[in-house]
Amino acid sequence: MNEQLTKYLMMLGDNAMILGHRLSELCGHGPSLETDIALTNISLDLYGQVRSYFQYAAELGGEEVSEDTIAFLRKERTYLNVVLVEQPNEDFGHVIVRQFLYDMFQSFMTPALMNSADERIAAIAAKSIKETRYHLRFSTSWMKRLGAGTEESKARIQAAVNHLLPFADEFFVMTAIEKEMYEEGIGPDLQTFKEDFYSKVKEVLIEAELSMPESAPRVVKGKTGIHSEHMGYILNELQYMQRTYPQMEW
Amino acid sequence: MSNKKEWPLFEVFIRSRNGLEHRHAGSLHAADPTMALENARDVYTRRQEGVSIWVVESKNIHASNPEQAGELFEPAKDKVYRHPTFYDLPIELKHI
Repeated sequence: MNEQLTKYLMMLGDNAMILGHRLSELCGHGPSLETDIALTNISLDLYGQVRSYFQYAAELGGEEVSEDTIAFLRKERTYLNVVLVEQPNEDFGHVIVRQFLYDMFQSFMTPALMNSADERIAAIAAKSIKETRYHLRFSTSWMKRLGAGTEESKARIQAAVNHLLPFADEFFVMTAIEKEMYEEGIGPDLQTFKEDFYSKVKEVLIEAELSMPESAPRVVKGKTGIHSEHMGYILNELQYMQRTYPQMEW
Repeated sequence: MSNKKEWPLFEVFIRSRNGLEHRHAGSLHAADPTMALENARDVYTRRQEGVSIWVVESKNIHASNPEQAGELFEPAKDKVYRHPTFYDLPIELKHI
C-alpha cells in the first residue's frame, strides 16, 4: 500500500516538477519583464507543491530517502509525469497552451484531491487550490489575448493548440496506481471530469476565436514511465548538480 | 521584447492593508487592464505587499507642471491662518 501511495505522490509531484522546470528555463528569457516574473512565480508555486508531495513521499520511504533523492536521483522510467508537461517551450504560444491545459486539468484534480481520504494529500491540495485558480486565470487570459490578437499570435497559438491538445487525453487514462488509489478513496476517478474538462477547454477556445483540432488523441504513457525524447534532456539538466556533487545541499 | 514598446504604461496603486489608502507602487507595461492587474499582482505583491490593486493607464493621469510649482504652491507658504492650530480655542471647548 505504501509503495503504491509513494508512486501516486510521485505522479502528482512529477507533473508539477517537470512543468515547473520547463517554466524555470524561461527565467530571464520571458517575452517581457512582467511575463517573465509571472511565469517564474508560477514555476515557484509548482515547486512548492512538489516539495509538499515529495516530503510526504520521503517520510514514507525510510531513512535513505529524502525529497532531494526523489526529485533528483531517479531514473527516467520511474518519473511518472504526463508527456504533455515535457513538451518544450517552442514559443510563448506553446508555453501558454501547455500551461492552460495543465491548469484546467488541475482545476478539476485539485478540488477532487481536497476530498482525499489521505489527510496529508487533502491538505496539500487545499493549500494548492488558490495557486491553481490564479494560474488558470493567467493562462486563460493569455489564451484569449493571443487568440484574438494579431494574425501572427493567432496562427502561433492555434498551432500550439493543435500540437498540444492531443496530449491532454493522457490526464484521463487510469493507470493501475490511479485505479488502486481510487479504490482506496485517495484519488479521484479521472473519467468523471474528462467531459467537463473538454467542454471548458472548448469554451475558452471559442472565446479566444480558436478552433478545436480534429486530430485524434495521442496515445502516450508518461504516467507509466514511458516518456518522450525530451525527457532525457530535462533530467540531464535537472539532475546535473546532484549527480556531479552527490548529496550536496544548500 | 520588441512588442513591449507597443504596450501602454500603467500606474499601479497598492493597498497594503484594509483601512489604509491605496498608494502608488510603481508602473508597468501591459496590453490591457486585465493584464495590468495580473502583472501588478506578480510584480508588486509577491511578498504579501497588498490586499487590493488599482491600475490606471498612465496617459489618463493629468499632472501639474513642475515649472509652475512657484505659482501653484508658494503662495500657501505664508498663510499660517489656514492651519487650525493657528487659532486659540476657548477653554470651554473640549475634545477638539
